[in-house]
Amino acid sequence: MRDIDVSLVTQTVRDMCIDVNHELSPDMKEAFNEACSKEESELGKQIFKQLQQNLDIAKADKIPICQDTGMAVFFVKVGQEVHFVGGDITEAINEGVRRGYTEGYLRKSVVGDPLIRKNTGDNTPAVIHYEIVPGDKVVITCAPKGFGSENMSRVFMLKPADGEEGVKAAVVQAVKDAGPNACPPMVVGVGIGGTFEKCAEMAKEALTRPVGQHSDIGYVKDMEEEILERINDTGIGPAGLGGRVTALAVNINTYATHIAGLPVAVNICCHVNRHIKATI
Amino acid sequence: MDIQLNAPIDKNKIKELKIGDMVYISGTIYTARDAAHKRMAEALAKGDKLPIDLNDNLIYYMGPSPAREGRAIGSAGPTTASRMDKYAPDLLDLGLGGMIGKGKRSKEVSEAIVRNGAIYFAAIGGAGALLSKAIVDSEVVAYDDLGTEAIRKLKVENFPVIVVIDPKGNNLYEEAGTLYNREKK
Repeated sequence: MRDIDVSLVTQTVRDMCIDVNHELSPDMKEAFNEACSKEESELGKQIFKQLQQNLDIAKADKIPICQDTGMAVFFVKVGQEVHFVGGDITEAINEGVRRGYTEGYLRKSVVGDPLIRKNTGDNTPAVIHYEIVPGDKVVITCAPKGFGSENMSRVFMLKPADGEEGVKAAVVQAVKDAGPNACPPMVVGVGIGGTFEKCAEMAKEALTRPVGQHSDIGYVKDMEEEILERINDTGIGPAGLGGRVTALAVNINTYATHIAGLPVAVNICCHVNRHIKATI
Repeated sequence: MDIQLNAPIDKNKIKELKIGDMVYISGTIYTARDAAHKRMAEALAKGDKLPIDLNDNLIYYMGPSPAREGRAIGSAGPTTASRMDKYAPDLLDLGLGGMIGKGKRSKEVSEAIVRNGAIYFAAIGGAGALLSKAIVDSEVVAYDDLGTEAIRKLKVENFPVIVVIDPKGNNLYEEAGTLYNREKK
Protein backbone atom coordinates (compact mmCIF):
# COMPACT_ATOMS: atom_id res chain seq x y z
CA MET A 1 0.00 0.00 0.00
CA ARG A 2 1.03 3.58 -0.61
CA ASP A 3 -0.08 6.20 1.89
CA ILE A 4 -1.23 9.51 0.42
CA ASP A 5 -2.07 12.37 2.75
CA VAL A 6 -5.30 13.99 1.61
CA SER A 7 -3.81 17.46 2.24
CA LEU A 8 -1.76 16.83 -0.91
CA VAL A 9 -5.01 16.23 -2.79
CA THR A 10 -6.43 19.50 -1.43
CA GLN A 11 -3.38 21.49 -2.57
CA THR A 12 -3.43 19.85 -6.02
CA VAL A 13 -7.14 20.51 -6.49
CA ARG A 14 -6.78 24.14 -5.40
CA ASP A 15 -4.05 24.77 -7.97
CA MET A 16 -5.91 22.92 -10.74
CA CYS A 17 -9.09 24.97 -10.21
CA ILE A 18 -7.15 28.22 -10.59
CA ASP A 19 -4.96 27.15 -13.52
CA VAL A 20 -7.74 25.58 -15.58
CA ASN A 21 -9.86 28.74 -15.42
CA HIS A 22 -7.08 31.00 -16.72
CA GLU A 23 -5.46 28.99 -19.49
CA LEU A 24 -6.79 26.43 -21.95
CA SER A 25 -4.89 23.23 -22.74
CA PRO A 26 -2.57 23.27 -25.82
CA ASP A 27 -5.00 21.12 -27.86
CA MET A 28 -7.73 23.76 -27.52
CA LYS A 29 -5.40 26.59 -28.56
CA GLU A 30 -4.32 24.55 -31.59
CA ALA A 31 -7.99 23.87 -32.46
CA PHE A 32 -8.70 27.64 -32.31
CA ASN A 33 -5.89 28.41 -34.74
CA GLU A 34 -7.00 25.73 -37.18
CA ALA A 35 -10.67 26.74 -36.98
CA CYS A 36 -9.86 30.40 -37.54
CA SER A 37 -8.09 29.57 -40.79
CA LYS A 38 -11.08 27.49 -41.96
CA GLU A 39 -13.71 30.10 -41.12
CA GLU A 40 -15.24 31.78 -44.19
CA SER A 41 -17.48 34.35 -42.49
CA GLU A 42 -15.83 37.75 -41.92
CA LEU A 43 -17.75 38.24 -38.67
CA GLY A 44 -16.79 34.67 -37.69
CA LYS A 45 -13.10 35.42 -38.25
CA GLN A 46 -13.45 38.56 -36.14
CA ILE A 47 -15.03 36.54 -33.35
CA PHE A 48 -12.17 34.03 -33.45
CA LYS A 49 -9.69 36.88 -33.13
CA GLN A 50 -11.61 38.23 -30.13
CA LEU A 51 -11.63 34.78 -28.53
CA GLN A 52 -7.87 34.48 -29.00
CA GLN A 53 -7.36 37.96 -27.55
CA ASN A 54 -9.58 36.89 -24.67
CA LEU A 55 -7.28 33.93 -23.96
CA ASP A 56 -4.20 36.17 -24.04
CA ILE A 57 -5.76 38.68 -21.62
CA ALA A 58 -6.97 35.90 -19.30
CA LYS A 59 -3.47 34.48 -18.99
CA ALA A 60 -1.55 37.76 -18.78
CA ASP A 61 -3.89 39.64 -16.44
CA LYS A 62 -5.14 36.67 -14.39
CA ILE A 63 -8.79 37.21 -15.31
CA PRO A 64 -10.85 34.01 -15.75
CA ILE A 65 -11.36 33.14 -19.44
CA CYS A 66 -15.12 33.10 -18.80
CA GLN A 67 -17.00 34.57 -15.85
CA ASP A 68 -18.83 31.26 -15.53
CA THR A 69 -15.99 29.42 -13.85
CA GLY A 70 -18.31 26.46 -13.63
CA MET A 71 -19.43 23.79 -11.28
CA ALA A 72 -16.27 21.86 -10.44
CA VAL A 73 -16.37 18.35 -11.92
CA PHE A 74 -13.70 15.75 -11.15
CA PHE A 75 -12.80 12.36 -12.52
CA VAL A 76 -10.67 10.65 -9.90
CA LYS A 77 -8.94 7.36 -10.75
CA VAL A 78 -7.71 5.84 -7.52
CA GLY A 79 -5.12 3.06 -7.68
CA GLN A 80 -6.24 0.13 -5.56
CA GLU A 81 -2.86 0.14 -3.78
CA VAL A 82 -3.50 3.66 -2.47
CA HIS A 83 -4.38 4.30 1.16
CA PHE A 84 -5.65 7.82 1.88
CA VAL A 85 -4.60 9.18 5.28
CA GLY A 86 -5.20 12.41 7.15
CA GLY A 87 -8.91 12.81 6.46
CA ASP A 88 -11.89 12.25 4.20
CA ILE A 89 -10.96 12.25 0.48
CA THR A 90 -14.22 13.84 -0.69
CA GLU A 91 -13.93 16.59 1.92
CA ALA A 92 -10.29 17.09 0.84
CA ILE A 93 -11.36 17.65 -2.77
CA ASN A 94 -14.11 20.06 -1.70
CA GLU A 95 -11.62 21.94 0.48
CA GLY A 96 -9.39 22.31 -2.61
CA VAL A 97 -12.34 23.70 -4.55
CA ARG A 98 -13.18 26.08 -1.69
CA ARG A 99 -9.62 27.43 -1.57
CA GLY A 100 -9.17 27.54 -5.33
CA TYR A 101 -12.40 29.43 -5.99
CA THR A 102 -11.88 31.84 -3.09
CA GLU A 103 -8.14 32.53 -3.40
CA GLY A 104 -8.26 32.48 -7.21
CA TYR A 105 -11.03 35.11 -7.56
CA LEU A 106 -13.29 32.60 -9.32
CA ARG A 107 -17.05 32.94 -9.42
CA LYS A 108 -19.11 31.02 -6.89
CA SER A 109 -21.89 29.57 -9.01
CA VAL A 110 -23.28 26.77 -6.85
CA VAL A 111 -26.56 26.80 -4.92
CA GLY A 112 -26.84 24.29 -2.07
CA ASP A 113 -30.30 23.06 -3.00
CA PRO A 114 -31.79 22.97 -6.52
CA LEU A 115 -35.09 24.58 -5.47
CA ILE A 116 -34.27 26.65 -2.39
CA ARG A 117 -31.35 28.09 -4.43
CA LYS A 118 -29.14 29.71 -1.80
CA ASN A 119 -25.57 30.18 -3.00
CA THR A 120 -23.10 28.12 -0.93
CA GLY A 121 -20.59 30.97 -1.25
CA ASP A 122 -17.53 28.82 -2.00
CA ASN A 123 -18.53 26.86 -5.12
CA THR A 124 -18.79 23.59 -3.19
CA PRO A 125 -19.85 20.86 -3.38
CA ALA A 126 -18.05 19.52 -6.44
CA VAL A 127 -19.36 16.68 -8.61
CA ILE A 128 -16.87 13.82 -8.23
CA HIS A 129 -16.73 10.60 -10.25
CA TYR A 130 -14.47 8.01 -8.59
CA GLU A 131 -13.09 4.93 -10.25
CA ILE A 132 -10.91 2.24 -8.66
CA VAL A 133 -8.10 1.24 -11.01
CA PRO A 134 -4.97 -0.94 -10.75
CA GLY A 135 -1.77 0.69 -9.43
CA ASP A 136 -0.64 2.98 -6.60
CA LYS A 137 -1.31 6.41 -8.11
CA VAL A 138 -4.20 8.85 -8.09
CA VAL A 139 -5.04 10.59 -11.35
CA ILE A 140 -7.30 13.61 -10.96
CA THR A 141 -8.94 15.37 -13.89
CA CYS A 142 -10.54 18.71 -13.09
CA ALA A 143 -13.12 19.89 -15.65
CA PRO A 144 -15.20 22.85 -14.42
CA LYS A 145 -18.43 23.04 -16.41
CA GLY A 146 -20.30 26.20 -17.32
CA PHE A 147 -24.05 25.94 -17.56
CA GLY A 148 -24.79 27.89 -20.75
CA SER A 149 -23.78 24.76 -22.62
CA GLU A 150 -24.64 22.26 -19.86
CA ASN A 151 -28.27 23.37 -20.09
CA MET A 152 -28.34 22.42 -23.77
CA SER A 153 -27.14 18.85 -23.16
CA ARG A 154 -29.42 15.87 -23.77
CA VAL A 155 -29.98 12.15 -23.15
CA PHE A 156 -31.77 10.13 -25.84
CA MET A 157 -32.95 6.59 -25.09
CA LEU A 158 -32.89 5.36 -28.69
CA LYS A 159 -34.04 1.98 -29.95
CA PRO A 160 -31.51 -0.59 -31.25
CA ALA A 161 -33.22 -0.30 -34.66
CA ASP A 162 -32.28 3.41 -34.81
CA GLY A 163 -28.68 2.31 -35.34
CA GLU A 164 -25.72 4.47 -36.30
CA GLU A 165 -27.82 6.91 -38.33
CA GLY A 166 -30.17 7.40 -35.37
CA VAL A 167 -27.21 8.28 -33.16
CA LYS A 168 -25.75 10.73 -35.68
CA ALA A 169 -29.11 12.44 -36.19
CA ALA A 170 -29.65 12.76 -32.42
CA VAL A 171 -26.28 14.42 -31.86
CA VAL A 172 -26.75 16.86 -34.75
CA GLN A 173 -30.26 17.69 -33.50
CA ALA A 174 -28.97 18.42 -29.98
CA VAL A 175 -26.38 20.81 -31.43
CA LYS A 176 -28.95 22.56 -33.62
CA ASP A 177 -31.30 23.00 -30.65
CA ALA A 178 -28.40 24.41 -28.63
CA GLY A 179 -27.50 26.91 -31.37
CA PRO A 180 -26.13 30.22 -30.11
CA ASN A 181 -27.06 29.50 -26.47
CA ALA A 182 -24.15 27.10 -26.00
CA CYS A 183 -21.47 29.60 -27.12
CA PRO A 184 -20.25 27.94 -30.32
CA PRO A 185 -17.74 26.87 -31.53
CA MET A 186 -18.49 23.95 -29.26
CA VAL A 187 -16.83 20.73 -28.26
CA VAL A 188 -19.36 17.89 -28.26
CA GLY A 189 -18.96 14.97 -25.87
CA VAL A 190 -21.01 11.89 -26.68
CA GLY A 191 -21.62 8.72 -24.68
CA ILE A 192 -23.16 5.75 -26.47
CA GLY A 193 -24.30 2.61 -24.65
CA GLY A 194 -24.31 1.60 -21.01
CA THR A 195 -27.34 2.71 -19.02
CA PHE A 196 -29.14 6.04 -18.56
CA GLU A 197 -26.52 7.40 -16.14
CA LYS A 198 -23.50 5.63 -17.65
CA CYS A 199 -23.92 7.27 -21.06
CA ALA A 200 -24.20 10.72 -19.46
CA GLU A 201 -21.01 10.19 -17.48
CA MET A 202 -19.21 8.93 -20.61
CA ALA A 203 -20.32 12.01 -22.54
CA LYS A 204 -18.90 14.25 -19.82
CA GLU A 205 -15.60 12.35 -19.67
CA ALA A 206 -15.32 12.43 -23.48
CA LEU A 207 -15.01 16.22 -23.21
CA THR A 208 -11.75 15.78 -21.30
CA ARG A 209 -10.10 13.90 -24.18
CA PRO A 210 -7.79 16.25 -26.08
CA VAL A 211 -9.36 17.79 -29.18
CA GLY A 212 -7.88 16.12 -32.25
CA GLN A 213 -7.32 12.78 -30.51
CA HIS A 214 -9.85 10.31 -31.92
CA SER A 215 -11.39 7.15 -30.51
CA ASP A 216 -9.26 4.00 -30.80
CA ILE A 217 -12.23 2.15 -32.29
CA GLY A 218 -12.24 2.46 -36.08
CA TYR A 219 -15.95 2.92 -36.71
CA VAL A 220 -16.27 5.31 -33.74
CA LYS A 221 -13.49 7.49 -35.15
CA ASP A 222 -15.37 7.57 -38.48
CA MET A 223 -18.54 8.62 -36.66
CA GLU A 224 -16.67 11.40 -34.83
CA GLU A 225 -15.47 12.77 -38.14
CA GLU A 226 -18.81 12.44 -39.94
CA ILE A 227 -20.83 14.02 -37.12
CA LEU A 228 -18.37 16.92 -36.91
CA GLU A 229 -18.79 17.55 -40.61
CA ARG A 230 -22.58 17.43 -40.34
CA ILE A 231 -22.52 19.84 -37.39
CA ASN A 232 -20.36 22.26 -39.35
CA ASP A 233 -22.74 21.98 -42.30
CA THR A 234 -25.48 23.54 -40.15
CA GLY A 235 -23.86 26.95 -40.64
CA ILE A 236 -24.61 28.05 -37.03
CA GLY A 237 -21.04 29.37 -36.83
CA PRO A 238 -18.99 31.17 -34.17
CA ALA A 239 -21.26 32.75 -31.53
CA GLY A 240 -24.22 31.47 -33.56
CA LEU A 241 -23.84 34.34 -36.00
CA GLY A 242 -23.31 32.20 -39.08
CA GLY A 243 -20.18 30.54 -40.39
CA ARG A 244 -18.26 27.43 -41.28
CA VAL A 245 -17.12 26.42 -37.78
CA THR A 246 -19.84 25.42 -35.32
CA ALA A 247 -17.90 22.71 -33.48
CA LEU A 248 -14.19 22.08 -32.93
CA ALA A 249 -14.51 18.38 -32.17
CA VAL A 250 -16.87 15.49 -31.49
CA ASN A 251 -15.48 13.05 -28.91
CA ILE A 252 -17.36 9.76 -28.48
CA ASN A 253 -16.98 7.17 -25.71
CA THR A 254 -18.83 3.84 -25.89
CA TYR A 255 -19.70 0.99 -23.52
CA ALA A 256 -21.60 -2.30 -23.60
CA THR A 257 -25.37 -1.96 -23.35
CA HIS A 258 -28.57 -4.01 -22.96
CA ILE A 259 -30.18 -6.00 -25.82
CA ALA A 260 -33.21 -3.70 -25.67
CA GLY A 261 -31.47 -0.32 -25.63
CA LEU A 262 -29.30 2.29 -27.31
CA PRO A 263 -28.73 5.14 -24.83
CA VAL A 264 -27.04 8.25 -26.24
CA ALA A 265 -25.95 11.26 -24.21
CA VAL A 266 -24.79 14.53 -25.73
CA ASN A 267 -22.84 16.79 -23.38
CA ILE A 268 -22.24 20.10 -25.08
CA CYS A 269 -19.35 22.31 -24.05
CA CYS A 270 -18.64 25.84 -25.23
CA HIS A 271 -15.29 26.89 -26.70
CA VAL A 272 -14.00 27.34 -23.14
CA ASN A 273 -13.51 23.58 -22.83
CA ARG A 274 -11.51 23.42 -19.61
CA HIS A 275 -9.76 20.28 -18.44
CA ILE A 276 -6.52 19.66 -16.58
CA LYS A 277 -4.97 16.47 -15.23
CA ALA A 278 -2.65 15.78 -12.30
CA THR A 279 -1.10 12.55 -11.09
CA ILE A 280 -0.23 12.01 -7.45
CA MET B 1 -20.80 48.90 -39.79
CA ASP B 2 -19.27 50.08 -36.50
CA ILE B 3 -21.46 52.45 -34.51
CA GLN B 4 -21.03 54.35 -31.24
CA LEU B 5 -24.02 54.41 -28.88
CA ASN B 6 -24.54 56.14 -25.55
CA ALA B 7 -26.37 54.48 -22.67
CA PRO B 8 -29.02 55.13 -21.41
CA ILE B 9 -30.14 54.92 -25.01
CA ASP B 10 -32.15 57.24 -27.21
CA LYS B 11 -34.97 55.17 -28.68
CA ASN B 12 -35.04 57.43 -31.74
CA LYS B 13 -31.41 56.67 -32.41
CA ILE B 14 -31.69 52.88 -32.13
CA LYS B 15 -34.42 52.90 -34.81
CA GLU B 16 -31.54 53.24 -37.29
CA LEU B 17 -29.73 50.13 -36.04
CA LYS B 18 -29.92 46.93 -38.07
CA ILE B 19 -29.14 43.31 -37.30
CA GLY B 20 -25.46 42.51 -37.66
CA ASP B 21 -24.31 46.06 -36.80
CA MET B 22 -21.30 46.15 -34.48
CA VAL B 23 -22.11 48.68 -31.78
CA TYR B 24 -19.79 50.15 -29.13
CA ILE B 25 -21.68 51.24 -26.03
CA SER B 26 -20.44 53.95 -23.67
CA GLY B 27 -22.19 55.19 -20.54
CA THR B 28 -24.16 53.49 -17.78
CA ILE B 29 -25.76 50.05 -17.95
CA TYR B 30 -27.15 47.69 -15.30
CA THR B 31 -26.56 43.99 -14.69
CA ALA B 32 -29.28 41.54 -13.69
CA ARG B 33 -29.66 37.81 -14.19
CA ASP B 34 -31.87 34.98 -12.93
CA ALA B 35 -32.26 35.72 -9.21
CA ALA B 36 -32.45 39.53 -9.63
CA HIS B 37 -35.17 39.16 -12.27
CA LYS B 38 -37.14 36.89 -9.98
CA ARG B 39 -36.93 39.50 -7.21
CA MET B 40 -37.92 42.34 -9.53
CA ALA B 41 -40.93 40.31 -10.71
CA GLU B 42 -41.93 39.69 -7.07
CA ALA B 43 -41.58 43.40 -6.30
CA LEU B 44 -43.81 44.32 -9.25
CA ALA B 45 -46.39 41.71 -8.24
CA LYS B 46 -46.59 43.30 -4.77
CA GLY B 47 -46.86 46.78 -6.27
CA ASP B 48 -43.43 47.79 -4.94
CA LYS B 49 -41.00 50.11 -6.71
CA LEU B 50 -38.10 48.54 -8.61
CA PRO B 51 -34.61 49.25 -7.26
CA ILE B 52 -33.47 50.69 -10.62
CA ASP B 53 -35.00 53.07 -13.14
CA LEU B 54 -35.75 51.06 -16.27
CA ASN B 55 -36.48 53.97 -18.57
CA ASP B 56 -34.25 53.81 -21.68
CA ASN B 57 -31.71 51.78 -19.74
CA LEU B 58 -29.96 48.63 -20.89
CA ILE B 59 -29.85 45.48 -18.75
CA TYR B 60 -26.79 43.29 -19.24
CA TYR B 61 -27.43 39.63 -18.39
CA MET B 62 -24.21 39.03 -16.53
CA GLY B 63 -22.83 37.79 -13.21
CA PRO B 64 -19.12 38.64 -12.92
CA SER B 65 -16.29 36.76 -11.26
CA PRO B 66 -14.83 38.68 -8.28
CA ALA B 67 -12.56 41.65 -9.01
CA ARG B 68 -8.91 41.49 -8.02
CA GLU B 69 -7.61 44.42 -5.95
CA GLY B 70 -7.50 47.65 -7.91
CA ARG B 71 -9.73 46.44 -10.71
CA ALA B 72 -13.32 47.45 -11.53
CA ILE B 73 -14.58 43.92 -12.12
CA GLY B 74 -13.54 40.33 -12.83
CA SER B 75 -14.42 38.31 -15.90
CA ALA B 76 -17.66 39.72 -17.29
CA GLY B 77 -19.20 37.98 -20.30
CA PRO B 78 -22.91 37.52 -21.10
CA THR B 79 -25.11 34.72 -19.80
CA THR B 80 -27.86 32.94 -21.77
CA ALA B 81 -30.72 35.40 -22.27
CA SER B 82 -33.57 32.92 -22.74
CA ARG B 83 -33.72 32.24 -19.00
CA MET B 84 -34.92 35.83 -18.58
CA ASP B 85 -37.59 35.52 -21.32
CA LYS B 86 -40.28 34.99 -18.70
CA TYR B 87 -39.57 38.42 -17.18
CA ALA B 88 -38.37 40.54 -20.10
CA PRO B 89 -41.70 41.53 -21.75
CA ASP B 90 -43.00 43.17 -18.54
CA LEU B 91 -39.75 45.11 -18.08
CA LEU B 92 -39.80 46.25 -21.72
CA ASP B 93 -43.40 47.42 -21.32
CA LEU B 94 -42.26 49.43 -18.29
CA GLY B 95 -39.72 51.31 -20.41
CA LEU B 96 -36.58 49.15 -20.47
CA GLY B 97 -34.58 50.27 -23.51
CA GLY B 98 -32.95 46.97 -24.34
CA MET B 99 -30.95 43.98 -23.25
CA ILE B 100 -27.44 42.57 -23.73
CA GLY B 101 -26.98 38.82 -23.51
CA LYS B 102 -26.36 35.81 -25.69
CA GLY B 103 -28.61 33.29 -27.40
CA LYS B 104 -32.14 33.06 -28.70
CA ARG B 105 -35.19 34.92 -27.35
CA SER B 106 -38.83 33.86 -27.27
CA LYS B 107 -41.52 35.14 -29.63
CA GLU B 108 -43.03 37.07 -26.69
CA VAL B 109 -39.76 38.93 -26.08
CA SER B 110 -39.36 39.71 -29.77
CA GLU B 111 -42.92 41.09 -29.88
CA ALA B 112 -42.29 43.22 -26.79
CA ILE B 113 -39.13 44.59 -28.42
CA VAL B 114 -41.11 45.68 -31.49
CA ARG B 115 -44.03 47.01 -29.40
CA ASN B 116 -41.68 49.24 -27.41
CA GLY B 117 -39.07 50.14 -30.02
CA ALA B 118 -36.43 48.40 -27.92
CA ILE B 119 -33.43 46.30 -28.90
CA TYR B 120 -31.53 43.08 -28.11
CA PHE B 121 -27.76 42.97 -28.42
CA ALA B 122 -25.42 39.98 -28.14
CA ALA B 123 -22.00 40.21 -26.56
CA ILE B 124 -19.53 37.46 -27.40
CA GLY B 125 -20.16 34.56 -25.02
CA GLY B 126 -17.08 33.21 -23.30
CA ALA B 127 -15.01 36.33 -23.87
CA GLY B 128 -15.33 37.53 -20.28
CA ALA B 129 -11.71 38.62 -19.84
CA LEU B 130 -11.78 40.73 -23.01
CA LEU B 131 -15.18 42.29 -22.20
CA SER B 132 -14.06 43.19 -18.67
CA LYS B 133 -11.60 45.64 -20.23
CA ALA B 134 -14.51 47.80 -21.45
CA ILE B 135 -15.98 48.09 -17.93
CA VAL B 136 -14.35 50.95 -16.05
CA ASP B 137 -16.50 51.06 -12.93
CA SER B 138 -18.87 48.73 -11.09
CA GLU B 139 -21.09 49.30 -8.08
CA VAL B 140 -23.67 47.01 -6.48
CA VAL B 141 -26.94 48.99 -6.31
CA ALA B 142 -29.44 46.33 -5.20
CA TYR B 143 -29.82 42.78 -3.84
CA ASP B 144 -26.28 42.65 -2.46
CA ASP B 145 -27.05 39.34 -0.77
CA LEU B 146 -27.30 37.67 -4.18
CA GLY B 147 -23.51 37.83 -4.62
CA THR B 148 -22.62 37.59 -8.30
CA GLU B 149 -26.35 37.87 -9.10
CA ALA B 150 -26.76 41.28 -7.43
CA ILE B 151 -27.79 44.25 -9.58
CA ARG B 152 -24.71 46.26 -10.55
CA LYS B 153 -24.44 49.68 -12.12
CA LEU B 154 -21.61 49.56 -14.66
CA LYS B 155 -19.76 52.36 -16.36
CA VAL B 156 -18.69 51.12 -19.79
CA GLU B 157 -16.46 52.55 -22.50
CA ASN B 158 -16.74 51.16 -26.03
CA PHE B 159 -18.37 47.95 -24.85
CA PRO B 160 -18.62 45.77 -28.00
CA VAL B 161 -21.98 44.21 -28.94
CA ILE B 162 -23.80 43.05 -32.07
CA VAL B 163 -27.44 43.85 -32.91
CA VAL B 164 -29.36 40.54 -32.87
CA ILE B 165 -33.00 41.69 -32.69
CA ASP B 166 -33.58 45.20 -34.03
CA PRO B 167 -36.58 47.42 -33.18
CA LYS B 168 -38.38 46.14 -36.29
CA GLY B 169 -38.12 42.55 -35.04
CA ASN B 170 -35.51 41.29 -37.53
CA ASN B 171 -33.46 38.47 -36.00
CA LEU B 172 -29.81 37.88 -36.84
CA TYR B 173 -29.73 34.28 -35.51
CA GLU B 174 -32.55 33.31 -37.85
CA GLU B 175 -30.91 34.87 -40.88
CA ALA B 176 -27.17 34.33 -40.34
CA GLY B 177 -27.12 30.53 -40.20
CA THR B 178 -28.96 30.03 -43.50
CA LEU B 179 -26.10 31.73 -45.36
CA TYR B 180 -23.65 28.99 -44.43
CA ASN B 181 -26.06 26.06 -44.20
CA ARG B 182 -25.22 23.22 -46.55
CA GLU B 183 -27.08 20.34 -44.93
CA LYS B 184 -28.46 17.72 -47.26
CA LYS B 185 -32.25 18.10 -47.29
